[in-house]
Amino acid sequence: MPRNTKLHSRHLLGLQHVPAEDLHLILHWAGHFKEVINRPIKRVPSLRDITIANLFFENSTRTRLSFELAEKRLSADVVNFAASNSSVKKGETLTDTVNNILAMKVDVVVIRHADAGVPQFLADRVPAHIVNAGDGTHEHPTQALLDAFTMQERLGSLEGKNVVIVGDILHSRVALSNIFGLQKLGAKVAVSGPSTLIPRAIHELGVEVIPNVDDALEWADVANVLRVQHERMDRAFFPSVREYHARYGITMDRLKRLSSVPLIMHPGPINRGVELTSEVADSPYAAILNQVENGVAVRMAVLYLLAAQSSTHDVV
Amino acid sequence: MAQKTLLTQRDCEVTLSRLCHQLNEVHVPWNRTVLVGIQPRGSQLLKALVAQLEAEFGTGPIEHGLLDITFHRDDFRRRDEPLTASPTEMDVLIEGKRVVLVDDVLYTGRSVRAALDALGDFGRPQRVELCVLIDRRFSRELPIQPDYSGRRVDALNHERVRLNWHGDQLESVLLESPEHAPEH
Repeated sequence: MPRNTKLHSRHLLGLQHVPAEDLHLILHWAGHFKEVINRPIKRVPSLRDITIANLFFENSTRTRLSFELAEKRLSADVVNFAASNSSVKKGETLTDTVNNILAMKVDVVVIRHADAGVPQFLADRVPAHIVNAGDGTHEHPTQALLDAFTMQERLGSLEGKNVVIVGDILHSRVALSNIFGLQKLGAKVAVSGPSTLIPRAIHELGVEVIPNVDDALEWADVANVLRVQHERMDRAFFPSVREYHARYGITMDRLKRLSSVPLIMHPGPINRGVELTSEVADSPYAAILNQVENGVAVRMAVLYLLAAQSSTHDVV
Repeated sequence: MAQKTLLTQRDCEVTLSRLCHQLNEVHVPWNRTVLVGIQPRGSQLLKALVAQLEAEFGTGPIEHGLLDITFHRDDFRRRDEPLTASPTEMDVLIEGKRVVLVDDVLYTGRSVRAALDALGDFGRPQRVELCVLIDRRFSRELPIQPDYSGRRVDALNHERVRLNWHGDQLESVLLESPEHAPEH
């Protein structure tokens, strides 16, 4: 049972500056919401006087769906916005777009954007609660929270557990949020992958680099395997997809050689046959679909706790 | 803090026993009834009632569950202190059953309204009844009355009814009032 009952911040911009007790609080409430979404009727009326805008300036399927389901299961009013069919195409600035949406009395803004720092920029300028749903290669806090929730569910407390993040660390906002979040929850975090995809300064975050993926898997209690983000790669970071798979892809053969198999996680979407084989992704070692289910519960917890901070007396 | 004893240990035993008799009279043979405790404070009374019914009335196992109402409360974002939730344990089917909601104290009636709402998430009971140990009868804000009540009390709004449990045994029920009553 967490000691605190309220979050310290009005926004969820990233996990870097979120205190550990807030992480525990969110994970604690996520447990309650997981019970709610497994009821025959999965909807509770808590946020029925709250309006939430989902602003997705970058493509997303599962995160947008997951947020939307979380919002609807809390009975919030939801408006969706995708950059591809909006005035952004007509040259409107970001603040203008958001101020226009806020003029329609929105309480919470969930935002995904290809540029790092956009959620912070908005939080400084608009009165709504801002939730970062992924900003460039910076942070993706709700993904890291649902990863942590899934790990806790499978392994108990994360205190002293070893988590290795495998693959494209350089382009990954999931990796950075995972590192910040997991370390605050007491886990040891290492990374493994091609040296071209590992930021040079990663050790400054207290993260060990284990270049050989077999050594990394042997060390780890959890392996969070990241997607190779071809769309963010402006040059060749490794010779070929085939070579990447041969050296860093997680295969059943690799897992069978280990003394104990770590929990395999992946934030999706999977490039099957690149970072993970289908055999591994569909095996009982993988918690990938649990992650998706837990994502809704964790996002319900985040939205609920943020909404709880503003009483009806000071709603924007 | 001034204290007044509403029920002594002996009173508690008599009252619980009477509630069991009344429930048993209506619900025997218990195959269509589910007892549901409102979390968190109704859960202990629920346990005590189920234990006594099963032990002394030969009812056989009574289906029961615990219902958390946090997400259905109407004071979310209208109070200074944040709400805290308790687990819901509803491993029973209530569809078409007779449900008895169990809580320790009936006060404004808002918890019971939230519980009726929350109960709807698990199905449509044939009928819902309400069983409380203490009924603060002049404090209602909604048109809700108990079907079974242990003791009716007249208490002022700033006073608090407190149940003292020692393990599974109800030892006493107290009425506590702060030394300085708030001015109205």
